[in-house]
Amino acid sequence: MKFVDEFRSSELAQRLVHSIRHHSTRRARFMEFCGGHTVTIMKHGIRQLLPSTIEMLSGPGCPVCVTDNADLDKAIALARVPRVILTTFGDMLKVPGSRASLQEARAAGADVRIVYSTLDALQIARDNPARPVVFLGIGFETTAPTVAASVLQADQEGVHNYHVLSLHKLCPPVIKTLLDSGEVRLHGLICPGHVSAVIGSNAWEFISRDYGIPCVVSGFEPLDVLQCVHMLVSQVERSESRVEIAYRRGVRPEGNRRALELMDRVFEACPARWRGMGSVPATGLRFREAYRRFDAESAFDFDPGPTLEPKGCICGEVLRAVRTPRDCQLFGKACTPASPVGPCMVSSEGSCAAYYLYGGVE
Amino acid sequence: MAHGSGGKLAHELIEKTFLGALSNPLLARLDDSAVLDCKGRLAFTTDSYVVKPIFFPGGDIGRLAVCGTVNDLAMSGAVPLYLSLAFIIEEGLLRDDLNRILASIQATSREADVQIVTGDTKVVDRGSADRLFINTAGLGLIPDGVDISGSNARPGDKVILSGTIGDHGIAVLSQREGLSFSTALGSDCAPLNGLVAEMIRASQRIHALRDPTRGGLATTLNEIAAQSKVSIRIEEEKIPVRDEVRGACEMLGLDPLYVANEGKLVAMVAPGDAEVVLARMRRNAYGREASIIGEVQPDHPGRVVMKTRIGASRIVDMLVGDPLPRIC
Repeated sequence: MKFVDEFRSSELAQRLVHSIRHHSTRRARFMEFCGGHTVTIMKHGIRQLLPSTIEMLSGPGCPVCVTDNADLDKAIALARVPRVILTTFGDMLKVPGSRASLQEARAAGADVRIVYSTLDALQIARDNPARPVVFLGIGFETTAPTVAASVLQADQEGVHNYHVLSLHKLCPPVIKTLLDSGEVRLHGLICPGHVSAVIGSNAWEFISRDYGIPCVVSGFEPLDVLQCVHMLVSQVERSESRVEIAYRRGVRPEGNRRALELMDRVFEACPARWRGMGSVPATGLRFREAYRRFDAESAFDFDPGPTLEPKGCICGEVLRAVRTPRDCQLFGKACTPASPVGPCMVSSEGSCAAYYLYGGVE
Repeated sequence: MAHGSGGKLAHELIEKTFLGALSNPLLARLDDSAVLDCKGRLAFTTDSYVVKPIFFPGGDIGRLAVCGTVNDLAMSGAVPLYLSLAFIIEEGLLRDDLNRILASIQATSREADVQIVTGDTKVVDRGSADRLFINTAGLGLIPDGVDISGSNARPGDKVILSGTIGDHGIAVLSQREGLSFSTALGSDCAPLNGLVAEMIRASQRIHALRDPTRGGLATTLNEIAAQSKVSIRIEEEKIPVRDEVRGACEMLGLDPLYVANEGKLVAMVAPGDAEVVLARMRRNAYGREASIIGEVQPDHPGRVVMKTRIGASRIVDMLVGDPLPRIC
């Protein structure tokens, strides 16, 4: 078992596609919440294989993309605070804020370092005791527990120069907001696999129960997604709405209790700004009182300046799934992965980047 | 610093270290320029090597410099003959490290059957370079009747890849600071002129050759498609990728199609000769895992399309910017 090849078998894929085509009679619109799924779908050309009854929409599940410009500006301003070392995951580097990106700030002299884990950031703090080290906390429930773990570790070891700018976001409540807005009507939700590994598939029950929308948690290999679509089609055809898991090797109904516990010990829910959606109640995470000294936002004096939005960019609408990347007049012209205008073109999980890179041959 | 100032210490460095390792009659004359006898069509190339770290699994900056230059010559069908090497050394580079690299240069140039005929050394202040940079130039002779170019691919040609992709890029990445993960994988860094010579002996109808270095296979195929004004159709299932490379790529969010190689080539070969060339390649140590991965087509000039494992098609674009590892 290598956990890669088995989920890319062309023979099994053909069988699943055949079965989906055979069973699907009702028109159905499915949303893949997660940017990782958008990439799988585009990269392997899954849309071309689905029958015309099925429409696929890309959702807001790319943590880089949904980060609002005002929050990006904060990160960039923090990086410019003298002596600060700002540590970040790689995909944030090129995202343009109101006036610059972290990459440009780095070129202008800011000490911005790419890390692959929060523990690397903590190590940089240990190695540089005389300098403040800030970790740029961007991500969903997948990332937040690892950030919480680094904070608890820093607390235990007495590493006082470690801070986190917490821009974490929570997935289930934002889906609720999308559905309540009435802008998109869905017949099925492909629930994010990694997020669900932490929060559990039970976290999506309210969607199938209160909104009558079938939910299936999917992994990120092409066969995972095809299997997931197959399960959604079966529910639609039988007029059912349940939560199912097509990713049993990673997800349990109750999730990862230990990870949830860590997250809950350090953070509490708060309102968060989402690109294209504004401030949404209880979709962010801030430090609880006991750990507030790790909060970068209160530890430093910095001025992010006024927020500017890029002209003509429709990332906000793309994230709400009311328009697609190809509807944007900048797409592939003024905005490309080499010189991105909006974040959805930068992030490896952004819809615009996936549409641009894997274009699809119809 | 004194080693770089042109005085006695510099002489010592050149005579003891460099000549000791690389000696041949042309270099040993120590004149201001090498004098070479050549008749015929010449291929001439230059490149610079700044790889970090300078030692990596399966190679080092010296082997890389020789292979890279030799391969650039070989890809135009030339028989590589002479190389120049210029070293820019950061003050403080260990003498032992330099000796190791010179030994590796000597072994590789012997393997590739080329001579280092001229060279230069500069030592710069700490911080002005990163341990060691190497600049090279290479000269080769193109045999009569050989006409190989990135603009010669023709519709119907078969696309042959000489082996697995991504080995070099992942081997180097695995050693980078802050990203050390353990892998048994080594760089594929190798001189390909022997392989190319055998291919040319097997067929007069090899139209294009290129080594997919930085930017990976995807970028190389796009270059050929654009230069030759053709489209290239490849099949994902036919492209050999080692499990270690695929695993590391999955983990880091990279695509093996865009990861660098230093000992691989792609060839566009007339359909009638493809099997013969393939069979010959597989007998060479650097072509054992060669396979036909696709075909050149006349429609949509400049486009590279890949049939995915699950039977759909997608465009394969050039690499844009540096690939950066992802969040989740």
